[in-house]
Amino acid sequence: MHVIVNISLKYGVLDPQGRAIGRSLSDLGFQEVGDVRVGKRITLEIDETDEARARQRVARMCEALLANTVIEDYEIEIDAGDEA
Amino acid sequence: MSLSALRVTVIVFPGSNCDRDMMVAIEKLAGRRPALVWHKETSLEGTDLVIMPGGFSYGDYLRCGALAARAPIMEAVLDHAARGGAVMGVCNGFQILLESGLLPGALVENAGLKYVCRNTCIEVVGGTDSPFTAGLEAGKRMIIPVAHNEGNYFASDDDLQRLEDNGQIAFRYVESDIHGPANPNGAARDIAGIVSANGRVMGMMPHPERAVSAELGSADGADLLTACLEALAV
Repeated sequence: MHVIVNISLKYGVLDPQGRAIGRSLSDLGFQEVGDVRVGKRITLEIDETDEARARQRVARMCEALLANTVIEDYEIEIDAGDEA
Repeated sequence: MSLSALRVTVIVFPGSNCDRDMMVAIEKLAGRRPALVWHKETSLEGTDLVIMPGGFSYGDYLRCGALAARAPIMEAVLDHAARGGAVMGVCNGFQILLESGLLPGALVENAGLKYVCRNTCIEVVGGTDSPFTAGLEAGKRMIIPVAHNEGNYFASDDDLQRLEDNGQIAFRYVESDIHGPANPNGAARDIAGIVSANGRVMGMMPHPERAVSAELGSADGADLLTACLEALAV
């Protein structure tokens, strides 16, 4: 199954990239934009059929390597479109 | 022990690029060439000081230092540190020490979104119980260059306060007439370098190994490294 990990900077951690993007959007006329945060998305193909087990394993991967929990939060999503 | 009896090991990761500079600097100052140990090795026997050099280990993939912090040699580095062995990390080496959990906090992208490569003036904070600062007078200022894109030190407010209270902040960026504004990267509380709670692990963004002779623009890095080596050789 495919598992998606969304990693974002914690609130309170300065995101200079997000801030620069926000300023550019505002310059382009999108004044409604407030805070902008940039994250990353990691897609994993996992040899596992049980969703709960996959989530548990991926959470361990996040803690061990994929995210730095000092500065980042992570969310695990099972790719529902994947029926293979 | 004499300086030349001190056994120094520099770890080499794919993408390290200050390993040889560090080796040359330590050899010049201590009179003994450090061992270069490849990241795939698993043993560090007979080492007094482990140095994690600067560079772009693993191309900075995922996060700076993240993959290096999980390399095979790191188990031996963690064991060495757990036995009270001395570990020093410079620039990418500092990032690796944070990613490995040997030091608290994280280094994030520079506040100015730019790679910064210039001399900085750093000051010895004082009140730090560590061999890495024992030979340096509080308030001593040194000109040491930085070269990084992720040198913006971050820690929670509680952790920052703990670092201050425990005397774990070793070096801070300070204003200098010649070298311009103090803080090159937005680091919290102008932090340029910190030590672990037991003082045996030190990480810093500026590169002392690049400032070991006046011909290179500053010899202040030689003072810093010599002070560390002398304190560790006691």
